[in-house]
Amino acid sequence: MNCNVCGVNEATIHLTEIVNNQMVEIHLCDTCAQEKGTDFKTHFNLGDLLMGLSSLDQANASSEKRLAKVCPNCGMSYEEFGKSGRLGCSECYEAFAKMLLPLIQRVQRATHHLGKKPTKISRSVRTTYDLRLLQDRLRKSVDSEEFEKAAMLRDEIKRIEDRLKKGKKK
Amino acid sequence: MSQVDVFINQTAEWLRAAGPDSDIVVSSRLRLARNISGFPFLQKMSVPQQQEVVEKVKVATETCVGLKEAYYLRSTDLSELDRQFLVERHLISREHATEGGSKAVAITPDEVVSLMILEEDHLRLQTFQSGFSLGEAWKIIDVIDNELEAELDFSFNPNLGYLTACPTNVGTGLRASCMLHLPSLVLTKQVHKVLQALTKLNFAARGLYGEGTQATGNFFQFSNQITLGQREEEMIDNLERVIRQVIAHEKEARQFLRSKRKVKFEDQIWRAVGTLKSSRIISSSEATQLLSLVELGIDMDLVKSSLTQQEWSGLFLLIQPAHLQKINKKKLNSSERDICRADLIRERLKKITL
Ligand SMILES: [Zn+2]
Ligand SMILES: [Zn+2]
Repeated sequence: MNCNVCGVNEATIHLTEIVNNQMVEIHLCDTCAQEKGTDFKTHFNLGDLLMGLSSLDQANASSEKRLAKVCPNCGMSYEEFGKSGRLGCSECYEAFAKMLLPLIQRVQRATHHLGKKPTKISRSVRTTYDLRLLQDRLRKSVDSEEFEKAAMLRDEIKRIEDRLKKGKKK
Repeated sequence: MSQVDVFINQTAEWLRAAGPDSDIVVSSRLRLARNISGFPFLQKMSVPQQQEVVEKVKVATETCVGLKEAYYLRSTDLSELDRQFLVERHLISREHATEGGSKAVAITPDEVVSLMILEEDHLRLQTFQSGFSLGEAWKIIDVIDNELEAELDFSFNPNLGYLTACPTNVGTGLRASCMLHLPSLVLTKQVHKVLQALTKLNFAARGLYGEGTQATGNFFQFSNQITLGQREEEMIDNLERVIRQVIAHEKEARQFLRSKRKVKFEDQIWRAVGTLKSSRIISSSEATQLLSLVELGIDMDLVKSSLTQQEWSGLFLLIQPAHLQKINKKKLNSSERDICRADLIRERLKKITL
């Protein structure tokens, strides 16, 4: 793979960056990395360089409206996020969900967390999380043709979902 | 005397050169990103909020078994040189060292755990192990994370997991990485192929930087890119699996050099020894590059050295700018450092005979 900057040398440094609301992979050779002053994990501004790669959002007619969207909790705009690649607060995830979730799915190739969770979380957060975990296990047991296990998991999921529905009615 | 000087006479955990496959895998590191609910992320934080978090975390570390012995160093207590020194030891990031504002870091006396406060996220918890030892690093970090969580409320979303300032870390907030010494893959010009293959599999591979931003010394860092949609143990397993393959490739390349390129290879290594033993001025990138070759010679029993593994690997750290200035107990400009570095290396390499 050749370096994105000079296009000549072999790239040895590979990074994922957010530039203009787009997650992009950047490949640099040693020389260009030095010039760009990259570091272990700097978020150097390659905006001008990668404009061409990230025009999808801009081409969209509704993009202006998107960029102007502001998080009600911290006051960060989506445009600001696009420039820095850093969100302003945990509620930004909610405020920018429409744009962020596809972005996350593209980079992470997944949409849901299956790792550890804090012990001090609300009951509803825990239930949603547990449900997600069971659904993942169900998917895996279907994939590996463990149908008995799958049936058990399906029943358990249904029980939780029914309980949730009842809770909502109340 | 500065508080960080307690570390100068010990070998950083990640350079102890012990543990599994430590001739190729220098060290293993895990990092967890966490944010405290009720506070905005760093970008939108006011100065009083930053100070509040620094003190809040201090209290939390005091009740935490894994961190209560740790030094709690606030950025205001550290000089620029101290911060540079900690960067060289990988205990804080360059950003954490150079960005303004209230910050702190908690470091255990054995340098196995470092908790950066107000880096890109409120908390960046790191554990280091020398050699190829991600599993051990996970055991340690998992426990400390649980202990901290008992004292602090972390931002957590049932769908997206731990919420981080950058969406590339969301989910587990886990970055697992190993630093590999791959001189033979570099000498046989195969390293690019390996790096490319890894990036295709969603792993990040980078040349490791010495002084400034220059990649030197045949050291590479491999890490996971994806932080969402898998359990932490799975992410670590996946990285371990690809690293095992890289180790096998490096071993093959070493064998190839020994059998098919014997004279040329030995020539390169002995020239490196010669330069290191005789130079009067040497930059840190040249020194790292040459030390890397000599290390390969030692690993392959070509060069006999009575230096202990720790004395040897400690050299890579001692020749860094801040370390040189700490050892010499004075400020040194770049050309003065090049002279001190050459002196230090000649002194240490007396134990290697030509
Ligand atoms: Zn280039
Ligand atoms: Zn916000």
